[in-house]
Amino acid sequence: MLELSGVSKAFGRLVAIRPLDLLIPPEQTTVLIGPSGSGKSTLLRLMIGLATPDTGTVSIGGTRVTRETVRELRRKLGYVIQEGGLFPHLTARANVTLLARTLGRDPGWMGERLSELCRLTHFPEDAMHRFPLELSGGQRQRVSLMRALMLDPDVLLLDEPLGALDPMIRAELQSELREIFRSLKKTVVLVTHDMGEAALLGDDIVLLRDGAIVQRGRIEDLLGRPADPFVTAFIGAQRSPLDDLARRNEP
Amino acid sequence: MMRVVVVGAALVVMMLGWGVGAAWASDGEIAVGSKKFTESVILGEIATQLLKDAGIPTEHRRELGGTRILWSALLGGDIQVYPEYTGTLEQEILAEENVRGEDALRAVLRARGIGMSRPLGFNNTYAIGMRKDRAQSLGVRTISDLVTHPELKFGFGNEFLDRGDGWPALARTYGLPQRDVRGLDHDLAYRGLESGAIDVIDLYSTDAEIRHYDLAVLVDDKQHFPRYDAVWLYRLDAPAGVAEALAAVEGAIDEETMVALNGRVKLDRVAESRVAADFLADLEGMVTSDRLVDAPDGWSRLASRTWEHLGLVLVSLLAAIVVAIPLGVVSAVKPRFGQLVLGVVGVLQTIPSLALLVFMIPWLGIGAKPAIAALFLYSLLPIVRNTYSGLHDIPTPIRESAEALGLPSRVRLFKVELPMASRSILSGIKTSAVINIGTATLGALIGAGGYGQPILTGIRLDDMALILEGAVPAALLALLAQGAFEWLDRLVVPRGLRIRPEN
Repeated sequence: MLELSGVSKAFGRLVAIRPLDLLIPPEQTTVLIGPSGSGKSTLLRLMIGLATPDTGTVSIGGTRVTRETVRELRRKLGYVIQEGGLFPHLTARANVTLLARTLGRDPGWMGERLSELCRLTHFPEDAMHRFPLELSGGQRQRVSLMRALMLDPDVLLLDEPLGALDPMIRAELQSELREIFRSLKKTVVLVTHDMGEAALLGDDIVLLRDGAIVQRGRIEDLLGRPADPFVTAFIGAQRSPLDDLARRNEP
Repeated sequence: MMRVVVVGAALVVMMLGWGVGAAWASDGEIAVGSKKFTESVILGEIATQLLKDAGIPTEHRRELGGTRILWSALLGGDIQVYPEYTGTLEQEILAEENVRGEDALRAVLRARGIGMSRPLGFNNTYAIGMRKDRAQSLGVRTISDLVTHPELKFGFGNEFLDRGDGWPALARTYGLPQRDVRGLDHDLAYRGLESGAIDVIDLYSTDAEIRHYDLAVLVDDKQHFPRYDAVWLYRLDAPAGVAEALAAVEGAIDEETMVALNGRVKLDRVAESRVAADFLADLEGMVTSDRLVDAPDGWSRLASRTWEHLGLVLVSLLAAIVVAIPLGVVSAVKPRFGQLVLGVVGVLQTIPSLALLVFMIPWLGIGAKPAIAALFLYSLLPIVRNTYSGLHDIPTPIRESAEALGLPSRVRLFKVELPMASRSILSGIKTSAVINIGTATLGALIGAGGYGQPILTGIRLDDMALILEGAVPAALLALLAQGAFEWLDRLVVPRGLRIRPEN
């Protein structure tokens, strides 16, 4: 579905991505994970054309991402970022429908689509007239997800979508996202630094360090057959002290 | 967006109304100009009444700043007649040609399409004056005597400070050593002299204040100042009969008469038009009342000044909005170009307003047009800068979200970026509007009218009530503008941006 070949990217002297190939398979969730500065967000930005590769090519559904093709391709992609990136001067509804209105979609169709998306994301339909600043953090991310899904894109790109939420809402949204991804059967690329989230949502996990892929596989592969001591270290560092406490209290 | 269009349309309609009104105001009349001191205004009034008497429709564009403004306006055809002095022609206007004598002047002027009448009868030369008691106690009688008193504080009219025959030349002729020399308004200088803040000022020898304040006129013992015989200057292409009508007062106003006329206006507070009419009545033995232009009453005068002032501010501001917002947008998109634009409009802002007004005259003549052009240039910077910074300060995630959605750049600009920058842009426009309301008062110096007119006249006549008649409405208008922008803020800035987050 998405293919990166020989892609590299540097910002000045800082190397963000070393030359790499990455194929994202369709209809499943691929998680890009790694510590800060490992290049995971940059990879996502390369996919949606917010960054241009220094070398190599990015293609989506067989079409290469270029200056000319990027705008059309973006309409087949949904993009959600950490703080939602909602337009503060527009209501939730106007945020979600902006592109559809620009493309002159039928208002009746838009209304139905909105109801459908509200059900899917568990967002109260009567809150659609609110402005982003009148919504909670979790609600904002739901609206952002609706905006990404409005035109039923083939691919969803999510850059730490739950990173700014408090733990309870985060957990709730994680399981909701899992249901949504399963039911929609979309190609999803999710960036996170949270191993639990990756394990819960990812069919396929790509672990990055310093702009290079360290290991790729299912969570079981990373746990059971680490390709590098870094893999174990990264997973181990994410273990919560609470896990150890819980284990000690086991009979 | 709709609301913005409605507000814009309303403003355009007002602007058109104002433009039509302004065009009616000066239709097919002869315009007489005068400088912004009392004697010139009286002479301008005399010329106006003479021409009207001869059946030539005439308006008096009074108090148009200084020599350079009047001369440019005459050359440009904005005015057809104004009173001038031979000394000013020799030393200032035609200084480079080194012309001396009446006939030589007339010939040089004729080559430029300008006619000069015979002298009106008085010599209003520059003179140097002090308080009589101070002069006596220091033993100063002549200008040469000043050389031995370097501690004296000089206060000269701004025009005198940089004229060809003014302070620098005077200091050279006499070898004057004084360092404490400041420029100030001629009419305010008398006040300074009386209070003792300054010791020595420049005078016009026909000033009524010389006697009123009991001043000593220092003898020009090295004959530095040339003769300043008052004459009419007129365009040779002026309608037939103009030169003939003006000739009626050639040789008819001697120095004593002129001092008396000045005194009636400045000390007795009689209107210039009345003083001029009385003078002409004495001269020709004619009934005066039909000459007098009815002075409009206070309210209609205030209304027409408000109209003029609003016109200056609104037209210049709207033009600036139309130009500056696109400039700001392009500057935000193309940083190199943006630096250039911000630099240029920044430099424009540093040009002193009076200088900018005068620069405009050769192209745009006098009146509202050059004033609007100058105000337009001043309005650019705040709007360009705030448009630029409003767009520049949009958070990157929001800018990128719009891009990542696949919105065309036109839609991104109009639906996302400009609405988000609207508050900043509006506050730039507000800054420009408030600055414009103040700066527009200077427009009166080049015949643009507005609230500056009573301020200018009030300073000239030392009449505080008249000054307030311009200053108070101008201040109220500025406050009103502030309020109007608060209201516009609610109308134009999207509601989503006005919400304060709860935590």
